Formats: sequence, structure tokens, C-alpha cells
Amino acid sequence: MLKKIILFFIILIPVNAFALIEVDITRGNLDPLPLAVSPLSIDETSRKSFEKILKKENIGSEISNIVENNLKTSGLFNPLDKKAFLQAPDIANLKPRFEDWNLIKAQALITGKVNYVDDKLRVEFRLWDVLAAKEMMALAFTTVPNNWRRVGHIISDKVYERLTGEKGYFDTRIIYVSEEGPKTQRIKKLAIMDQDGANNKFLTLGNELVLTPRFNPASQMVTYLSYFKNMPRVYLLDIETGTQEVVGDFPGMTFAPRFSPDGKKIIMSFAKDGKSDIYTMDLENRIVEKITNHPSIDTSPSYSPDGKYITFNSDRSGYQQIYVMKNDGSDIKRISFGNGLYGTPVWSPRGDLIAFTKLHKGKFYIGVMRTDGSGERLLTENYYQEAPSWSPNGRVLIFYRETKTDSKGEGFSAKLWSIDLTGYNERQIKTPTDASDPSWSSLLSN
Amino acid sequence: MRLSKILKNSLLVLTACLVLSACATKKEVATDSIKGQMQGDVYTGTDTVEYLAEGVPDRVFFATNESILTTASRETLRAQAAWLRKNPSINVVLEGHADERGTREYNLALGERRANAAKDYLMTYGISSDRITVLSYGKERPVDSGSNPLAWSKNRRSVTVKAN
Repeated sequence: MLKKIILFFIILIPVNAFALIEVDITRGNLDPLPLAVSPLSIDETSRKSFEKILKKENIGSEISNIVENNLKTSGLFNPLDKKAFLQAPDIANLKPRFEDWNLIKAQALITGKVNYVDDKLRVEFRLWDVLAAKEMMALAFTTVPNNWRRVGHIISDKVYERLTGEKGYFDTRIIYVSEEGPKTQRIKKLAIMDQDGANNKFLTLGNELVLTPRFNPASQMVTYLSYFKNMPRVYLLDIETGTQEVVGDFPGMTFAPRFSPDGKKIIMSFAKDGKSDIYTMDLENRIVEKITNHPSIDTSPSYSPDGKYITFNSDRSGYQQIYVMKNDGSDIKRISFGNGLYGTPVWSPRGDLIAFTKLHKGKFYIGVMRTDGSGERLLTENYYQEAPSWSPNGRVLIFYRETKTDSKGEGFSAKLWSIDLTGYNERQIKTPTDASDPSWSSLLSN
Repeated sequence: MRLSKILKNSLLVLTACLVLSACATKKEVATDSIKGQMQGDVYTGTDTVEYLAEGVPDRVFFATNESILTTASRETLRAQAAWLRKNPSINVVLEGHADERGTREYNLALGERRANAAKDYLMTYGISSDRITVLSYGKERPVDSGSNPLAWSKNRRSVTVKAN
């Protein structure tokens, strides 16, 4: 379904080669760029057609709200209040009066137009540099009306990319575990939603315990742990068709699954006789390979984006630490040497960093280090938090956080949070139920 | 000049002593309430324990991050082994658990390791491995939902459950 969405990108006017506004995303977002998102203009006939199909009074405003919200939550932009806008959307899209936008302190301006053409939704939008009084980008595309939210996300990605020089992460989804009920008898279901929390959908019914879902970076497949028939095993789920299958034929618990970067293998732990080792299974020929062989616990494996290395968690030194090895299991090196215990290493999609969970003196931290273990930086501290997952551009981490219960053992909650690599812009991601174990998809469109 | 400095210093020391002793007393009170229920950080109480038969407790407890059986645990498991020898038709599932203060995936492995420590001990007392299934729940099924050391000690456990 998702793959079928056709987006025609037409560059309306060649993008100016020399750099205009630039947003530096390597530093903290102390000074977000003020910008104006003018509602997409829409003619009356189109408006009525979309109102009938989508039950939204003005789809132009709805789409621009999505763009505004995305840019705001990135922490890099400060969308200005629409009430202050002086120019009408349709006129602004033709030729903005830059003095007016300058007056309200907007440095960038997004304008656009939505049309109903041959049962399709056609959008064009432009990004303007207000101070330079120049157009920075103009794009148009066409899709089915039901994809209107994705249109908002794609516009956000294009704007983000043009202004920061890096790919965006808005046209993405999050798979996670929905949690309900008392702490001693939690009901857990797989759930999926858009990156901004919209379109939440449950994928399992909660009859069996499910944990740690992870996206295939190359397709709409998910791997996760299910206690189906009280046998904890790694499963593969196609979220488009709903079909699922157990991965491999192991005489015991398999857990901690992840895909290889090309999506062709699953890497996971297999526990037997008190020791856990790392295995891979090729999804095409079903060949299983044992990667580590040690009496300790080896778990939480994660590939480097080039597939040549694997980072994992092991207590072979006595306590939980982070290690890196070649993809055949050779050349094992410990990389975490700070105080405390280290777990859940995840390789950044950019390849330069490993995110982790650290436990030190009764506190949990989410942090990052270089792949040789140097340059450790702790981004956030809390009573309990773990399991970071990278945004596809490697700029944001999503993780879950649990609260302490009170003296009666009540008041427990688990929520999803995100934080920038800079350590700024920490935000809760709203979910209909409690939530844990988030995993971020790749960009759905490129 | 000198004297005042000495006085000042001793005053500081005195204040420090007072602060320290206040702390010490407070700590004692705190540990007092759970005294008799923990040894080190291993649970020794009976709040959560159920019985497979008279005198046969169903569970053993572990220290943080450990899977070593304590003297008390070995005694419990010997009683379980004797009961299993007397009831050869009964099979068991050993459910291994961890507390909430660890990452989910590592805790799954730790629960498996704890249940296997119990399994190995039962086997050395003559119980066939065919009769024992190991199942780790990691930190997914705590018995005590508290966020304190006593609750965590109750949750670090391996529970022997009848399978049939």
C-alpha cells in the first residue's frame, strides 16, 4: 500500500545555487529560526471536494498545520503566529511582499497551493528567504487525497533538508509496544503510528506478551519478540499483510532481534543453559550462523550502517559493557570504560556514533559515544529510561522512560520521549496508552 | 588569631560529626524496617513465597545482577528435588525473573541464567532435565510493583511452577 504512493516531484524553478539561510543543527537549538508557514491556499471548488472526501473543512490549513508542528518539534525552527500574518495565502504564494514578512520577523516563509485535479490532491509549495527576498525552493507533487498527512510530512522534510543541508525525518513511522494494566500484569500490544503520533494503530490484540519491535530499514517488515504459547521467540511480521512467522528453529528463547542494514538478515540472541550468544539468520536461504561463542550473556546486537561491524552488549568482563566486533564475530573489542553499566548499544545510521543506555549510581542515562568508545556524552538522566532508537537522519533519539511508583506501588507510567543529539529539545511523544520499546522507521519516501 | 582558627576548625569538625551522626541514625531507621527480610540485597522474607507442598517453597531469590544460589536457595531447591523425586509424574517450569533496574534485553538473558542455575541444582539432585522447562520473563512479571530495594529483591527470583 505505502509503496504505491506516487509522488511526482516537479521542480518548478531551479533552486538558487548560492546558500541563503542556513540552520546549523550540530549545535543546541538555543536560537530557533523564526519562520512563517502561510496556510496553503485553496480554491472553493477544490476545498469543497476535499471536504466531502476527507471530512476536513480546509485541507490547505490542515496540511500547513502539520508542517508547522513538525518544524516546531524539531526545535530548530520557531513558526510564527498566523494571526500576525499580513498577506493572504493565495497572494503570498504568487509573490510575497517581503517587507510585510520582515516586519513580523520571519526569516523564512513557506507558501503553497492545493488543488483537486482528476481525483487527486495536487500540492505546490515554495520556500522563500525573506531577508534576501528570494525563492529558495519550489516543488509540486500529486497523490491520492488520503495521503494528505504525508504531504505535510514530505513538505516538512524538504524544507528541513533545504535549510539544514541534511535529510529530514518527518515522513516516518514509529513502531512501539503499547502498555496497559497493573505493573505486575501488564498487557502489551504492538502498535504503530506516524512520527508525530497520528494514525495510531494496534497490530496485536494483547493475548500474548510482545517486546522490542524493530523496523526493517529497507521495507515494511518488523521483527519482534512474542511469548506466543509461552515460548519467547523472535518473529517476523509484515505490517502490510499482517502475516507473521517465527524466525528460525531454536530449542529455546530467541530475543533482542534487529535487521541488518540491507534488511536481508536478522541478528538476535539465543539463550540456552544460562548463556546467551548472538546469531544471524539469512531471510532468503534461512541459513543460521553463530556469531559469538562465550559463556557470558551476549545480547542487544546492532549492525553498523555498512554492515561490516556489530556492536553488542556483554557481561564477559563481569558486568554489562558495550563491545564492537567484525560481522563474522572476530576482533571483539570492549569500547565502554566509564563508570557504571552500559546496555542497548545502537549504531547511528550516519555510522559515526553508538547510542546506549547507562546505569550509574541508581540513575539511568541515554548517551552517545564514538564507535571506538571515545567522546562519551550523556544526553539525559532519569529514574528509569532505556532503549534509544535513531531517527533515520541520525539527529534525534527516541526512547522510553518509566516513573517510580509511590509507597503503595502505584503511579507507574511508561512514555516515549525524544531528544536531539545535542542534548536539547527533550519532548514527550503522546500515545493513547502507556508505551515502551520504540523503533523509528526509515524515510517512507525519498 | 591561632586559637580562633583552631576553634573554628574544631567547630567545623563538630558540625560535620553532628551531620554525619544524624545521617547514620536516619539510615539505620530505614534499614530497620526491612531488617529480617533481606540479607545483603537478597530477599529472605516469606511474603511472596508459595508452596508446592508442605515445607516445599516454590521460589529462590538472587542478589542484584547475580545468578549464584545462596545457602537458603540451595536448601529450598533440595526440598523441591525431594518432592519431585516423590512425584515422578510432575514436570515443572522454572520461571526466571529480574528486577526493573536493568535494560529489558539483558534482563531476559539474566532471567534465563537464574532459572538455569536452579535447573542445574535440581539436576544434581537427580531430577532429569526432561522434566524441567526454563522460561525467562526478564523484568516483565514483577510480583511487587514497588520502586524500592525490598520490592526489587522480591522480584529477582526463580519460581518453580507445576507444568501439568
